Amino acid sequence: FSHEELTKVAAGPLSDAVIQHYVIDGGLANNFDWLHEVGFRPGVTDNVGKTAREAMELLLGRSPDRTFSVHTSRQYLLRGTLGREEAERIAANLLANDLIERYEVIPRQDWDTGKGMAPFIPRVTGSEQIRTEEIDLDVNEEALSAISNERVLALTLEEMQILRDYLRDPAVREERKKVGLGAMITDGELECLAQTWSEHCKHKIFNAIIIYDGGDGHTETIDSLFKTCIKGSTQQIREKMGAKDWCLSVFVDNAGVIRFNENYSLVFKVETHNSPSALDPYGGALTGIVGVNRDPFGTGYGAKLIFNTDVFCFAPPDYDKTLPKRILHPRRIYEGVREGVEHGGNKSGIPTINGCLVFDERFLGKPLVYCGTGGIMPAMIQGKPTHTKEICPGDLVVMTGGRIGKDGIHGATFSSEELHEGSPVTAVQIGDPITQKKMTDFLLKARDLGLYRCITDNGAGGLSSSVGETAQLSGGCDLDLKCAPLKYPGLNPWEILISESQERMTLAIDPVRIDAFLALAAKMGVEATVLGKYTDSGFFHVRYGNQTVAYLRMDFLHNGLPQMNLRARWAPPRREEPAFPPPADMGQALKEMLSRLNICSKESVVRQYDHEVQGGSVVKPLVGSMNDGPSDAAVIRPLLDTYEGIVVANGICPRYSDIDAYHMAACAIDEAVRNAIATGASLDHLAGLDNFCWCDPVQSEKTPDGEYKLAQLVRANKAVFDYTIAYGVPCISGKDSMKNDYAIDNTKISIPPTLLFSVIGKIADVRQAVTMDAKRAGDIVYVLGETRNEMGASEWFALHGYVGNTCPRVDAEKAKRLYTALARAIGKGLVASCHDCSDGGLGVALAETAFAGGLGMEIDLDRVPQEGIDRDDYLLFSESQSRFVATVSPDHQKEFEEILRGEDSNMSPIAFDAVGEITASPFLSLRGTTGEILMRESIADLKAAWQKTLSF
Amino acid sequence: MTKANINKIVKSIVITGNGTNCEVEMAHACRLAGSDVVDIVHISELLHGEKRLDDYHFLNLPGGFLDGDDLGSAKAGANRILHATIRGTEEKLYDQMTRFIRDGKLILGVCNGFQLLVKLGLLPGFDGDYLTQTVTLSFNDSGRFEDRWVHLAVNQESPCIYTRGTKYLYLPVRHGEGKFIVRDPSVLARLHKEGRIVLQYSGADDGAPTMTYPANPNGAIDAIAGICNDTGRIFGLMPHPEAYLHRTNHPRWTREDLPEMGMGLIIFQNAVDFIRSQLI
Repeated sequence: FSHEELTKVAAGPLSDAVIQHYVIDGGLANNFDWLHEVGFRPGVTDNVGKTAREAMELLLGRSPDRTFSVHTSRQYLLRGTLGREEAERIAANLLANDLIERYEVIPRQDWDTGKGMAPFIPRVTGSEQIRTEEIDLDVNEEALSAISNERVLALTLEEMQILRDYLRDPAVREERKKVGLGAMITDGELECLAQTWSEHCKHKIFNAIIIYDGGDGHTETIDSLFKTCIKGSTQQIREKMGAKDWCLSVFVDNAGVIRFNENYSLVFKVETHNSPSALDPYGGALTGIVGVNRDPFGTGYGAKLIFNTDVFCFAPPDYDKTLPKRILHPRRIYEGVREGVEHGGNKSGIPTINGCLVFDERFLGKPLVYCGTGGIMPAMIQGKPTHTKEICPGDLVVMTGGRIGKDGIHGATFSSEELHEGSPVTAVQIGDPITQKKMTDFLLKARDLGLYRCITDNGAGGLSSSVGETAQLSGGCDLDLKCAPLKYPGLNPWEILISESQERMTLAIDPVRIDAFLALAAKMGVEATVLGKYTDSGFFHVRYGNQTVAYLRMDFLHNGLPQMNLRARWAPPRREEPAFPPPADMGQALKEMLSRLNICSKESVVRQYDHEVQGGSVVKPLVGSMNDGPSDAAVIRPLLDTYEGIVVANGICPRYSDIDAYHMAACAIDEAVRNAIATGASLDHLAGLDNFCWCDPVQSEKTPDGEYKLAQLVRANKAVFDYTIAYGVPCISGKDSMKNDYAIDNTKISIPPTLLFSVIGKIADVRQAVTMDAKRAGDIVYVLGETRNEMGASEWFALHGYVGNTCPRVDAEKAKRLYTALARAIGKGLVASCHDCSDGGLGVALAETAFAGGLGMEIDLDRVPQEGIDRDDYLLFSESQSRFVATVSPDHQKEFEEILRGEDSNMSPIAFDAVGEITASPFLSLRGTTGEILMRESIADLKAAWQKTLSF
Repeated sequence: MTKANINKIVKSIVITGNGTNCEVEMAHACRLAGSDVVDIVHISELLHGEKRLDDYHFLNLPGGFLDGDDLGSAKAGANRILHATIRGTEEKLYDQMTRFIRDGKLILGVCNGFQLLVKLGLLPGFDGDYLTQTVTLSFNDSGRFEDRWVHLAVNQESPCIYTRGTKYLYLPVRHGEGKFIVRDPSVLARLHKEGRIVLQYSGADDGAPTMTYPANPNGAIDAIAGICNDTGRIFGLMPHPEAYLHRTNHPRWTREDLPEMGMGLIIFQNAVDFIRSQLI
């Protein structure tokens, strides 16, 4: 570059003349004691550098052929008395993430402003020579295990033996000979099989044969939890719906598809990205959200993305004990994950319509980062239904979007094991939402023009999964990795095959349309490359130029893995029954509860997500008189010219697993459903997604309690079966992440078994939606549903350091009747506000309803429908399920009560009662069961307690 | 349709691509406002000469993250408009834009679109100089992206054609770089003197401009939320009028009596009415 060119660039796109200075080949920093420079390590995505390069090409009229590269780093200037060691610690523990970033620390006296910082170019040094290695599997057991461990294959000895036996087959040897392969397996084949057979991709535990000992003398054999409990329940529900069945595609594609209306279909998927987020919270979480975006985008014929919903589980951000090795502080994980998902969601132009945060110290071992995305697509395009996929032999394999680098190699296998000392660095990637946005803009146009036949995403396992899976539709493929566009030279074929570099979709394209497709891609500035073709050869055939690097029978690749056999044994834990007196000051107790991490306001996080882009926002995550109350579910209008809408809600309650994962799962399902009902949904058109995050449930030396953990999984699945059928809410897709443990040195941390249940529903007219804030003084306050003595694993017990033994149980039959009646009442416009009771129970729900509405309440606890409770604190803080606080105008009282009482006298009545009134006076006043005033607190004080905890 | 009527067709263009993401609701706003033709056009279609700005009356630059805002909000986007040539010609996209302005046509930039106008130098565009940047939009004082609704006082002395007949607006902001900054005090003085400051963040009660967070969500100098050029035909603002087109967009629609039509629509109606009565 000439100096003139550099000046043009610096003064142009690289600086803002109004507020910035620039310098070329020098330094700007002065007036500091320590200077920290942080930059990326080689191979880590540098989005700013990439954009700068593109801007420079345009400005200087250079051709966009990557003849030069641009890299960025940040400088932090510190002032104050600090020693070298302290300055280094700040760099290592606060400013840089050693895994992906390098840093330099310079004291004032060593700094020369004229010279500045010497540039550091993070160049990737790849293999000098591209080669395919052959590995001899005809070795003893010990050596087989060693191969799996050394290569991070996460394959068991038994699986390695299956590979060995496959290669011993004379017929296999014969067919390999024809393509120039010997009797040894290639690195490409081995890696590809490891990806395809990984727990992450194959869900071996969910598909295992499990002998389950219920602990009550009954033992049963379960042939795949996935088949029996998850798919089985959906099948039953669909059969019962008959002609009205609105499910279109379940469990077969990247996401589930249901009908929205005659002309449009909805697509929904939730995924986790826990392991990468533990190592690099920002990059891991960013990749999580842009990764799940590609699931609905790559479902059927491709959907436009219309919402995100995110749920994060962290250890408390104020954690002050010693951190185990390789674990980042929870506050750092919290901030990094929040920011990663913020950038991924906001920059993609997808509204984050709701979500939640859950805290438990055990999420120190691995945080859970659930990211969900919904999409919408025309029901038909060019006369064909959009929710199915097809590929014909002869169709071209085309990859589009980003390029391939070493990032994300071994992501799938790495997440199939616990976080350990040797967890690979390359497993972490940083997403680039703008490259993905450009790609999705392009592909939606290509879709509407009918330019491709099939679309799928490149996620875990990269091309090996995306092509390997879609090749089943035609019966084989022939792929040339030499054609693949790379970020930098030096990748071996196996690396190209399994790299999880982001922002890539794989398509099948009819050769007659390829020119039009590539022309549109070029016009819109998106890279697209033909990598080979789909065949009906029965083989997964991968070449590098003329040399075959993998040649596997399709049937072996996908069905060669036998079912696992596992044992599960349930023994209900017995814990100490708590003994503590009721609080002397109930107002103070309520404030303490409102301040708890799992209850308090999440506004500081919510506001950082764009929840309104696309213009269809109806019920926002924050509602009420000051726009700061916690709404139960989100409602959006995906099509701006109709009032038809979508409701989205989540349910999650990992604490109940400490007592019984069956009830944990039941409560999660109930919470998601009742959140949706509270906002205006009905059970008639509501679908679910199950997303299991477990700790390793396979009995082994490192997991001596595997049989118990597996029993927890069995029980949770039984609850999914029971409750989805009871509510008629079918699961349409789901996901599991089974190895959420940390094991380094002698420390083992396992997360509490967690089911996130997410629902998506159709709402016929969004103008019927209801929010949770109290509306008018004089409205009657109702409690709907029965409060029981179910304090186990409640926030109230946790506050006192107890777990207890009786967690909430869901009575689905009663709940369903309530939900049906309530949906009718809301549909008729009779309900002013409705709020579900969850963490912190009735006390919290009453307080939130009042302060979100800026109004007071007078409540008589004696009128709350309850059973078996003799303490006011239990009545206020029991977390019994299927309950609401609703407010109703006196004008609608009669009609509302009639609907809830119902006409069918044969059924036991719905438990509900009017418990008080909304007041203009801004106090929450509770009369206890004894008839005395139990507490009287100003709503401002209650709200302040609720808001203070996470207001950083 | 008679020939005279054909000439009365109002044509709007909404530009998208490279990270723009509010194009659908912006186009919807134009349609609701009565624009007869509304095209969402990918910038590559302009750069390939398939579409031309000259064929439209109303140019909409929607919100989003042009090129990820990686070099500062809309910086790389501005660079593209200034330096990319229309395929097969010597013409830059910027040339079409200046012609568009010279013809007295309307340009509305919202959020990232406002940032783009400012970084191109199109706003405030003193003395017909549409290339020199004199103001900027930078990181919020909070250091964060924030989504929140704000009260806006409308300058009654402004030449802005988009805000005619309005005194007050309530709209969401959704940005991380919305803090309005001027190059020097003379720029600010001139903006005031010429009535170019169209919108200011204000308190809910008194409507007076405020520097208090969060009513002023980003620390913008003199609470500036939107400015226009001397003719009032180029208008940029950080808040999103296209995000409030229907009462159910309002954060408190379940508790307040609101008109069916959202407050943001007036901006687009004024634009379309102006074109119909003055430009065609």
